[in-house]
Amino acid sequence: MGKLTNEELLNKISANFPGLVNVVGEPFGLLTVETGREKIIDLLYYLQTDPVLEFIYLTDITAIHYPEQEKQIGVIYHLHSLVNNVRLRIKVWLSIDDLHIHTASVLWSGANWMERETYDLFGVIFDGHPDLRRILNVDDMTAFPMRKEFPLEDPNRVDKKDYFFGR
Amino acid sequence: MSDIQLVDAPAGVEGAGFFATSLDKVMGIARSNSLWPLPFATSCCGIEFMATMSPHYDLARFGAERLSFSPRQADLLMVMGTISKKMGPVLRQVYLQMAEPRWVMAVGACASSGGIFDTYSVLQGIDEVIPVDVYVPGCPPRPEAIIDGFIAIQKLVQTETLRRRNEPGYQKLLASYGIQ
Repeated sequence: MGKLTNEELLNKISANFPGLVNVVGEPFGLLTVETGREKIIDLLYYLQTDPVLEFIYLTDITAIHYPEQEKQIGVIYHLHSLVNNVRLRIKVWLSIDDLHIHTASVLWSGANWMERETYDLFGVIFDGHPDLRRILNVDDMTAFPMRKEFPLEDPNRVDKKDYFFGR
Repeated sequence: MSDIQLVDAPAGVEGAGFFATSLDKVMGIARSNSLWPLPFATSCCGIEFMATMSPHYDLARFGAERLSFSPRQADLLMVMGTISKKMGPVLRQVYLQMAEPRWVMAVGACASSGGIFDTYSVLQGIDEVIPVDVYVPGCPPRPEAIIDGFIAIQKLVQTETLRRRNEPGYQKLLASYGIQ
């Protein structure tokens, strides 16, 4: 166990952001919280620069798609405090019609490519990003392939047709 | 006495001090026993190709030990591994840079059909972008299978006419891929 418990961490966060951060759970000891997109950069800045917490390492930025929810797309931040040996997961839910969130590349340069990947696969637009282009898929792609409505299998595939298998 | 086997002379007219045959056959023998492959290796099939090149399997026995890493000097494009859709135009560019005569071998399930990667980001067989002469099945194919495919390429090369690029069938094939 690290020097900092999840309880202490949560107390510090809720003292600085009262009512703005909700706890989702603690699966496998990983504290998971939710917040709105208005406060996300403030929260990340606080976690990064606080002299006790020192969440100086941004492990990942990614997203998730739940089509049945009202706010379908969740942007997910994984932070790691190397000093305290504690990890933290932050989720921000966005409506599919308005996928704008401020970029975290102002705090971590490494967020640049993570946000490009999240844009490429989910279509989340990171406002203020220096170079928000596709990074993995072909440049002329118009869809966002990790969204649930996108067909995963390639329609050009011929050797998986049913009649080859007597179906 | 050496046990090295030499290539048999082609069929022709033989007499005292002369031998006559067609230029096609001589060129076919010369080309097929000195193919310069360009290895386009992107994944595990490429590892099998490295084994094929090694002394144990020894692709040099077939005159193909001189790998060409420039497409301009290569005769045979060996595509070994998964080709993603983003890599497709690159592969096509490599093929376009090769001079005639040129042959293409798709090694392994991924290069032939996309393999297990039935997904939006992977090319479902390189024959979507360039014409292929020989397909080698396997995931990955053993070096023996790659050599078998190489011998099939050699047979193609031997039986081909001198200027394949002038044939209407070949031109039609290239035109179907949008290649001049």
